[in-house]
Amino acid sequence: MAENRIDARGLSCPQPVLLVANAVLKNEFPIVVLVDGMTAEENIRRYAESKNLKVSINHHDDEAEITIAN
Amino acid sequence: MKQKKAFFSTNLGIILTGLFIGIVAPTLQKFGNPKNMGICVACFERDIAGALGLHRASVVQYLRPEIPGFVLGSLIAALVYREFRARGGSAPILRFTLGFFAMIGALAFLGCPWRAWFRLAVGDLNAIVGLIGLFVGIGIGILFLKRGFSLGRSYKMKPVAGWMMPLIMIALLLFLIAKPLFGADGTGPIFFSESGPGSLHAPVLMSLGLTIVFGFLAQRTRFCTVGAMRDIALMKDFHLSYGVIALFVGALIMNLIYGQFKIGWQGQPVSHNNALWNFLGMALSGLAYCLGGGCAGRQLFLSGEGDTDAGTFVIGMIIGAAFAHNFGLAGSPDKLVEEQMVIGGISTAGMIAVVIGIVICIGIGFLSRDKIESRA
Repeated sequence: MAENRIDARGLSCPQPVLLVANAVLKNEFPIVVLVDGMTAEENIRRYAESKNLKVSINHHDDEAEITIAN
Repeated sequence: MKQKKAFFSTNLGIILTGLFIGIVAPTLQKFGNPKNMGICVACFERDIAGALGLHRASVVQYLRPEIPGFVLGSLIAALVYREFRARGGSAPILRFTLGFFAMIGALAFLGCPWRAWFRLAVGDLNAIVGLIGLFVGIGIGILFLKRGFSLGRSYKMKPVAGWMMPLIMIALLLFLIAKPLFGADGTGPIFFSESGPGSLHAPVLMSLGLTIVFGFLAQRTRFCTVGAMRDIALMKDFHLSYGVIALFVGALIMNLIYGQFKIGWQGQPVSHNNALWNFLGMALSGLAYCLGGGCAGRQLFLSGEGDTDAGTFVIGMIIGAAFAHNFGLAGSPDKLVEEQMVIGGISTAGMIAVVIGIVICIGIGFLSRDKIESRA
């Protein structure tokens, strides 16, 4: 299955984690999320870990690419 | 550094943050801040609007150092942890409008979400009605979020933009210290209440110091009273709510220690017993905060880390406070008149304003759908 890319940069709370939650419900793994703030990053990581999903995060400059896999 | 970062995002981190503000607020009340209002973001922004002469309600004018304290504390944390990012452009005028009506609702109830919890922790049962209203308002906001509500993306800006709110806060502190008097009739342009809640305040350095520390902690932990309720309803995530529970428990214990706790419905300080408008005022506020992405306090912390959209929301709240008093929209507290309890409430104009606010915020909710779908 093709990876599911979400661009959540610049979105207010709780939209980034909401977009991720929708993708998780659709079972579209792996999910790759682009965020530009620590709050969104922490929220997404906390959500994914609470669902026992695997999370890896790559930082570059002000942005982070979060990969979520089941 | 890495470990510290991890600590602040843990449940213990947010519990200690909530506990800290829970202890600080009743303590500031003990040391002079208004009764049942140890800290209130909405009330204090209203006092600042008054001190700047934007409204002339003479009992609620004071340049509260707590508001600059929150912003500057957050600024320091954001700089130390390299999270200061100037950003904006996500529907600023809608954020201004949401801030404006968040304040209209807050002043109908007489408090922000923090103060709702602080009022409950001091025995004011009207806060329960307000908190139910808050939850309902947030619930309506969640319905919009679920159907794709978004004010659009913010974009990176020049650092100078992010510094504007902190600089405004520093200017307010300078006005507080200098107390300049060069107004037309020998008073102002900065006004300080001589009686009423605006005349009551804790020592400036104490208020400023403690709120800078809290601003720092809140920036790190993303403390948010609206996010707390929202995340439970939306995702069964209790993380932020641990902070709010800690705030309440801390405040309750401190109020019992200080002998400030007095349970009841009527005659509570700076509070009215008009249930319908306590409920609707906070429902309006809750909806506006939810659509705006965070509670009144959270907007201040975001302002400190360079979020100019949050800064616009804050300015909307301050202007909303000016309108609330100039147009006679704010709630008036219960009063003892010749031994008789006269129940306060809000004026007809205030009721109309709250209803207009609810209609406008719902309109913004309906009309701000964004298609940010995932790309497969």
